[in-house]
Amino acid sequence: MEHVTQLLLILVILANLFVLGSHPLGACIRAVALQGIALGLLPLFLHAEERSVHLVFLSIGMIGLKGFLLPGLLFRAIRDAALRKEQEPLIGFNTALVLGAGLIGLGFAIAAKLPLPPGTAASIVVPVALATVMMGLLVIVTRGKILSQALGYIMLENGIFTFGLILVKGLPGLIETGVLLDIFAGVFIMGTVIEHINREFGSISAYKLSNLKE
Amino acid sequence: MLMRFVSVAVALLAAPLLPGLINKTKSAFAGRKGPPVLQLYFDLAKLLKKGAVYSPVTTWIFRAGPVVSLASYLIASLFVPFGGDSFLSFSGDVIAFAYLLGLARFFTVLAALDTGSSFEGMGASREVTFSILAEPTIFILFIVLARISGSLSLSHMVTPEQVLMNPSTVGLLLLIVFSLFVVCLAENSRIPVDDPATHLELTMIHEVMVLDHSGPDLAFILYGASLKLFLMVSLLAHLLFPIRAANSAQGWLLFGILVAIVTISIGIVESAMARLRMVRIPRLLIAACMIAIFAMIIGLR
Repeated sequence: MEHVTQLLLILVILANLFVLGSHPLGACIRAVALQGIALGLLPLFLHAEERSVHLVFLSIGMIGLKGFLLPGLLFRAIRDAALRKEQEPLIGFNTALVLGAGLIGLGFAIAAKLPLPPGTAASIVVPVALATVMMGLLVIVTRGKILSQALGYIMLENGIFTFGLILVKGLPGLIETGVLLDIFAGVFIMGTVIEHINREFGSISAYKLSNLKE
Repeated sequence: MLMRFVSVAVALLAAPLLPGLINKTKSAFAGRKGPPVLQLYFDLAKLLKKGAVYSPVTTWIFRAGPVVSLASYLIASLFVPFGGDSFLSFSGDVIAFAYLLGLARFFTVLAALDTGSSFEGMGASREVTFSILAEPTIFILFIVLARISGSLSLSHMVTPEQVLMNPSTVGLLLLIVFSLFVVCLAENSRIPVDDPATHLELTMIHEVMVLDHSGPDLAFILYGASLKLFLMVSLLAHLLFPIRAANSAQGWLLFGILVAIVTISIGIVESAMARLRMVRIPRLLIAACMIAIFAMIIGLR
């Protein structure tokens, strides 16, 4: 089980690096979808000795939402707004990749200092979660397109989800459902709003949304 | 000792098979019959019979280039285990291995610059630019391997049997193999980085540096290139299945199969991908380097 957990976590980080370093928006969305599926499988292997209905429910919800529903929404937003499939990065892709590796290192450094519950210190769950959160933030602040920012938002939430996994036993299912629903609502609104922004401003670059008007 | 000598000799003889196997795979994907697997042997025999032509503007460096680079590859191949033990092995020989590859590249580049041709200078510049990104990756991978195998000698580093004791290093090994595979494609100028099948094209790297060499010199360069490919493929083959076989016959058989698998997968990558645009290549190599750094972070923990 240790093998599978580690492979899934490595896959999560590789998906992050892929989003940081690749140009076409469609490929980035697919990478984040893959990340969501990997994270959906993670609770089943992380707590292999005590698989419960709760865990299975969480897994199915995560895979369905992050692996299929949200990517579907983002692809629909691209199609509806007839967007050109390219991103407007504030920093170059090479710089973003190097920063990403730096953030992975930072994640491991911070995790080594955190007071963690016993039994989780040896695993790479916590450092991967921290690195994913930071890489999601990096995507949000460095990509100009609203759609890329939505993608960064999903990555950020994936990191938080990973972090929550170490405490999954003590977490009521209702809270998780609530969080998943929040994400769904957030991306759903972004997906529909993007079309309106595009129609109004003729672009979905966040740089043009600098002043409010009635 | 005899067994070690035999394994190096067989490896040196078998090296020109790899480009033939890659070409055969590519032809199979394209639905062609393709050149015979032994084509490079015929080419080498033909070239060795010819005389060499030297431009009057070149100096001894131009003549030394192919000889020095082939000699470096030959010495480097003594450190690589081909299915058994390596011919030579001492603590720290990975550094010697990496620098021998570097020396070969340095002399190829010098010989290209020595011709005074602007075209070859361009190729030399590209070769050096991309190696800036590829060589640190190799060193980072060596650091990780040294850490998980607890040894500084190449023949032990590429067969880290400790991996099997510790389940958490299996994913690490996959990262290393992936990163080394990308570096192998770049270093041997295979397709996502360079197209080995073309001449006189503005984006090529390795072929452009050897345009002025002829006859036996060109044969040395072609053989050296196939040997370099063989060295990197054998490192990959060992890392894919890091267990030493019980006896040398089994070891060689397994090694041969793994080398064929890696070679065919290079051929598949070449058939499935187009060459990247020149400006995208650094990003590919940086990504490989960052994956190696990720492996190092996990490995050094």
